[in-house]
Amino acid sequence: MLDDHVDILRLEKITKTFHIKPVFGPAKTVEALRNVNLSLKPGKALALVGESGSGKSTVGRMIVQHYEATSGRILFEGSDIADIADRASQMKYRQAVQMVFQDPFSSLNPAHTIRHHLQRALRLHQPDHSGDADVCRILDEVGLDPKTTPDKYPHELSGGQRQRVNFARALAVNARLIVADEPTSMLDVSIRKSVLALMQRLKAERGLSILYITHDIATAEYLAEDTAVMFRGQVVEQGPTSDVVGAPKHSYTQLLRAAVPDPRQRLLAGDSGFSSHAKDVREASAHLVTGMIEQAPGHFTAQQ
Amino acid sequence: MKQNNTPLLQVKDLRVEYLTAGDPFAAVQDVSFDILQNEVLGLAGESGCGKSTIAYALMRLHKPPALIRSGDIRFEGRSILTFDAERLRAWRWSEVSMVFQSAMNSLNPVMSILGQFSDMLKAHGKISRDEIIARTAEMLKMVGIPAERMHAYPHQLSGGMRQRVALALALTLRPKLIVMDEPTTALDVVVQREILQEVLRLREELGFSVLFITHDLALMAQISDRIGIMKGGEIVEIGTTEQIVTNPQQDYTRALWSAMPVLEQPKEAGANVR
Ligand SMILES: Nc1ncnc2c1ncn2[C@@H]1O[C@H](COP(=O)(O)OP(=O)(O)OP(=O)(O)O)[C@@H](O)[C@H]1O
Ligand SMILES: Nc1ncnc2c1ncn2[C@@H]1O[C@H](COP(=O)(O)OP(=O)(O)O)[C@@H](O)[C@H]1O
Ligand SMILES: [Mg+2]
Ligand SMILES: [Mg+2]
Repeated sequence: MLDDHVDILRLEKITKTFHIKPVFGPAKTVEALRNVNLSLKPGKALALVGESGSGKSTVGRMIVQHYEATSGRILFEGSDIADIADRASQMKYRQAVQMVFQDPFSSLNPAHTIRHHLQRALRLHQPDHSGDADVCRILDEVGLDPKTTPDKYPHELSGGQRQRVNFARALAVNARLIVADEPTSMLDVSIRKSVLALMQRLKAERGLSILYITHDIATAEYLAEDTAVMFRGQVVEQGPTSDVVGAPKHSYTQLLRAAVPDPRQRLLAGDSGFSSHAKDVREASAHLVTGMIEQAPGHFTAQQ
Repeated sequence: MKQNNTPLLQVKDLRVEYLTAGDPFAAVQDVSFDILQNEVLGLAGESGCGKSTIAYALMRLHKPPALIRSGDIRFEGRSILTFDAERLRAWRWSEVSMVFQSAMNSLNPVMSILGQFSDMLKAHGKISRDEIIARTAEMLKMVGIPAERMHAYPHQLSGGMRQRVALALALTLRPKLIVMDEPTTALDVVVQREILQEVLRLREELGFSVLFITHDLALMAQISDRIGIMKGGEIVEIGTTEQIVTNPQQDYTRALWSAMPVLEQPKEAGANVR
């Protein structure tokens, strides 16, 4: 399928099994991913939503090579990332694909200034463009004050500002694909909006592709052209966001959609209706997906 | 709800400052509020307004450079500011517990989940290994994690699973007050709702109060009996949830509501939503 619309990223039948060895008793296995197929178009965003523990972060970590797949292939611009042999190509891949984590603090070193963080990234990947002017240019691009920010330490910035620094770092290494794992969930509403707007801008103006892992379906609608819904290590529904979020067809997606908090509706201690419905949906959704049904052009759901 | 009217916790003119190189910065400025028995009190406000600072101060878990400058915090009528170290240790977790913001990172990374339950249970009374295992299994099940996962280490669990473990730990010793600072940020909305309903169910069964801090106003309205709105270190408005949702008195509260993104609720979903 080598037309000019090569996906920037494709996951083909990805499976990931973890083995946990407890101190006592037999080893256990966790099937974190089962036969996952996903694709992301250049300059677009794909939202990955789904149950806690369903394998979203595992997908992200495999893309940035923190984990190896148990089976299946990950294609970046058409070539299998497992086939990258030499160091130079490896370096290039690591540069092209960057991950931004939920906790904006976790990936910044508290002992170094923002200038240090960005210059280090610039020097590694664009040695001719690592001067003060380049640091300022990148800060400006992510909406941080280029005058005052360089000399600050991570703890002197708010969560939203730190998250912007993380995006700035991805720009400094000239990333083409950003895997953003819940980048806004620790931020409050107003700041969350501005970080989302930043991602939207990087996508539209820089042509960056984004895999956006989130629990917030409303923000998926804002940012992502396509959405995939995961449950127990499998993709159960995927397609254009307007279809998947606007008119979900799989029972798990419908459940997810219906559980979005509504301020007019009080949670009740005795509301076993919701839990028992959720339990039924989980049971019905847990079995191995044998095929996908096309509900509308490009909108697929797992056979149930 | 069987609310009786003696406040469980009384906060009076609480002022918390951060000592900085220059003038001290008052993150909490003479704040007063009560938390009644069996009440869920919500605390909302934008990032940096002082919510977490209050949460830490209430448990006296604030650390330098934070300092309680003035005011009082009374738990069942006794000022906790007078507690000595021994008393505080016994009081925390058994009478008051806390789920920290970024609870997902508050677990001990080199200890299995079972180990963390074991430590806490042992620190608060004699208990056998079998009982520890049974209790851990029960608490994990309550937050939707299979009991066999008790042998896992934190890095082997997803972010949301770690957050659920932190919630389970906070509920284990059946405290009278649980301070929850952004307790469900890492959860999908289905699990979030199930767990919060479970918290409400346990509250009916055991009786406890909750201070619920979140930036998700919709969620706050769903679970709180009363809501306090904070801005710049002060509580600008406090009232019943009904009043704060339908009839806010302050412009600031109205602005918070209008900043909230809303998703049209499709009714075809078939979920039992009411
Ligand atoms: N290093 C690991 N060792 C063992 N099991 C792991 C490891 N990493 C993840 N898992 C398991 O794989 C499954 C998927 O985890 P993952 O972190 O991908 O979930 P997630 O969808 O990101 O969830 P959340 O929304 O809660 O962050 C979970 O059952 C988790 O416990
Ligand atoms: N260790 C600290 N040193 C100095 N100032 C701090 C410290 N921690 C928090 N602050 C400041 O106190 C204020 C309240 O912070 P916090 O209680 O964390 O707010 P919230 O939880 O409402 O987001 C903020 O202005 C923050 O910058
Ligand atoms: Mg995750
Ligand atoms: Mg906070």
